[in-house]
Amino acid sequence: MSPSSTDRIEKKIELKAPPARVWRALTDHREFGEWFRVKLEGPFVPGKSTRGRVTYPGYEHMAMEVAVQKMVPERLFSFTWHPYAVDPKMDYSKEPPTLVEFKLEKTPAGTVLVVTESGFDSIPAARRDEAFRMNSGGWTEQIKNIEAHVTSKP
Amino acid sequence: MSPASRESGVRDLRRNAPIFAALGDATRLKLLAKLSRGSRVSIARLTHGSALTRQAITKHLQVLQDAGLVRGVRRGRENLFELEPEPLDEARRALDRISKQWDVALARLKSFVEEQKPS
Repeated sequence: MSPSSTDRIEKKIELKAPPARVWRALTDHREFGEWFRVKLEGPFVPGKSTRGRVTYPGYEHMAMEVAVQKMVPERLFSFTWHPYAVDPKMDYSKEPPTLVEFKLEKTPAGTVLVVTESGFDSIPAARRDEAFRMNSGGWTEQIKNIEAHVTSKP
Repeated sequence: MSPASRESGVRDLRRNAPIFAALGDATRLKLLAKLSRGSRVSIARLTHGSALTRQAITKHLQVLQDAGLVRGVRRGRENLFELEPEPLDEARRALDRISKQWDVALARLKSFVEEQKPS
């Protein structure tokens, strides 16, 4: 992939659940919506787009749209989207999207999930700044809220 | 919005006002474009090809420098200018923020798949 450190984000997480369960949580659009906090209108189908409203408290005015790329059962799920599409009045369709990939691997304990999002370097720097300014302060608060929520309901 | 947060919003606007003013000029935008190629450039080279005098260009560079958009570096008797890397740093912070959002979303996925045992 790109050698640039600003081009991609990679996350690895171990889940104590079999790949089949993780696959369903990722690719059933209703289950995806529960943990991702979005209400999607339609299912994920390779080559097709689905859109919906963010259900995250305080961000309900935002829409999101993903274009599904690949679905290899229990192995790979990928889509493209516009990561800074935060202003519902703006048309982001002409901007280059980023690619999100979920890779699953079966382990004795369950599943290792690797998530990468790449392609940030193609996004105009001015838009990054704008997205940054629009959100500065807000996310720190939101993360605290989630931490409180998660620790109160283990 | 609370009075406190409104006050800080006004403060932000005031702090950024020199940036907006600095960008609202075609000559200064051209200078920024020349500097955006990444290297340090002398006033002589920045003046070259422009209808403006060296003094006028120096004044514009001063406005850009006051706004924190460029930085002057002295080399011998020559004054070189370069772009401030701050906008890049800001892009990096934006990426960090998205990275944190993923952490939070994946933590929710983890509890989602681990708590719901198949019945």
